[in-house]
This record gives sequence, structure tokens and C-alpha cells, in this order.
Amino acid sequence: MSWGSLDHFLAMGGYGLYVWGSYLVTFALIVAEVTLLARRKRNAIGRIR
Amino acid sequence: MSVNWFKYSSPQTFFPLAGKLALGFGALALVACAIGLYLGFFVAPTDAQQGESYRIIFIHVPAAWMSMFLYVVMAFWAGLGLAFNTRLSGMMASAIAPTGALFTFIALWTGSFWGKPTWGTWWVWDARLTSELILLFLYFGFMALQAAIDDPRRADKAGALLALVGVVNVPIIYFSVKWWNTLHQGASVSLTKSPTMATTMLTAMLIMTFGFWFYGIAAVLLRARCIMLERERGSDWAAQYARGYARTAA
Repeated sequence: MSWGSLDHFLAMGGYGLYVWGSYLVTFALIVAEVTLLARRKRNAIGRIR
Repeated sequence: MSVNWFKYSSPQTFFPLAGKLALGFGALALVACAIGLYLGFFVAPTDAQQGESYRIIFIHVPAAWMSMFLYVVMAFWAGLGLAFNTRLSGMMASAIAPTGALFTFIALWTGSFWGKPTWGTWWVWDARLTSELILLFLYFGFMALQAAIDDPRRADKAGALLALVGVVNVPIIYFSVKWWNTLHQGASVSLTKSPTMATTMLTAMLIMTFGFWFYGIAAVLLRARCIMLERERGSDWAAQYARGYARTAA
């Protein structure tokens, strides 16, 4: 699969909104979960000390 | 060779093991997702009917599978906790719920973003979509119920009952496309017949499934570690870990 240019890749054959709307939200949610887990661990340790 | 599995059923012995496993599965998840996305975007061809919009499949189907799978695993741990009253089982069930809810939301969200260009609508109250939405509410209900009860052991028991009753929804989601006339397409991949997809598309989707699976394991283990520290904060092993953590952070 060759896209030719970045513009073509981002356009996703006219479905850019739907494809990237799916992938960006998924990515953001996973980053949010990992961040919240790191914060929860710090808080848990803080309550022990 | 025999392994004493019960050794790992107590939080203080499982805690360090869970940390190592989370790191390993997290790394595997990154590798699998990198390969899966590369195959999905740069090797898999354009779909003859759906154009490029079908590429949502590489996260939609793995997320939907994980949403159902994690619910069954959550109900399994919850049931184990009810039956044997082991401390760790309830912690595992509680640790799974948020990640299960996350995958359910991703399945619904990406489904909506796929439905709009292919069906012409963001949402429709058909059997597959509605039962998946009920799954999200079951996860939320489980989390809300546990949060509402102060005593963790009682929270585990109440949550376990809800988790076990709700498990009936999983086969309903899975077979909904067969049992009812729905807008959602039938299974492209099943155990009984050969897949109806191009090989590279299928390979990318399966590798992404492993990526999500490994990520799910890592996230659940990290959350289980938090829950262990929270619930056992009065114990010697937790205090010892906190001291060691302070030393390495300083």
C-alpha cells in the first residue's frame, strides 16, 4: 500500500475525519489511562508514608 | 516440576511479580501495536467496497473482543472471590473493570465513527450496538457499586454478584448479529468458517488484537498493584515497598 504523499495519507481517501477521529480518541484514552495509573500509584504510596 | 500457585495468591508475593509482568506485557503491546499499525496502514490494501474507512477495523474489532473477554475474566475472578474468599480475586476483578470499560467505550466510539460513513448514521438502536452499550453500563455499574461501599470485602462481594449476573450479556452481544436482524454486519472471523477478509487485513487485525490484549494485561496488573497498596497500606510489606520507592526516587 503506497500513499504517495502525507496529504494523501491524512486524507484517507476522504474518510480522514472518521479514521483519525477513531484512532486519535483511542490513543488519547490509552495515554489518559496510563497517566491516571501512574498518579494513582504515587497517591497510594504517599498515603503509606 | 510443580509450581506452588497459591504462593502468588497473596498480595505481598504477587505485587513484585505483577510489576515485572506489567513491564513485559507493556513492551510486547508496544511492539505488537507498531507492527499491527504498520501492516494495517502501509501493507493492507484499500477495501473494494468501503475504501479507506475500513481501516477503523484494526482498533474496532480488537477493542470489541477485549471488551467482552475482559468482562468474562472479571466475572471469573469475582466468582473465584465469592467461592474461595481469597483477597487477591476481588482486587483483580476491581482492577479489570476500568480497562474493560475503556475498551467498551473505544469499541462504541470507533463503531460510531465507522457507522457514519458506511451506514449513514452515528448510532442506531439495533441489537449489537445496544447490547454493547449495556456492557458499558455493566462496567460502570460494577465500579459505582464498589465505590459506594466502604468496606472493600463487602464491596467485592456485591460487585461479584453484579459481575456474575451481567455475564449473560456477553453471549447476547456475540450472537446478536445472528439472533436478530441488525444493521451491524455478521462476524468476518469465526471458528467455524474461513475468514471473509484479505489475508493482510486479517493479519493486521489479529496482531492488533494481541497488542490490545497485552496492553490490557499490563494496565490491569498496574491497577491491581495500586489496589494492593491502597488496601494493604497498613501492612509491613507495603511500608517496606514505600520506603524502597522513596529511596530510588530521592
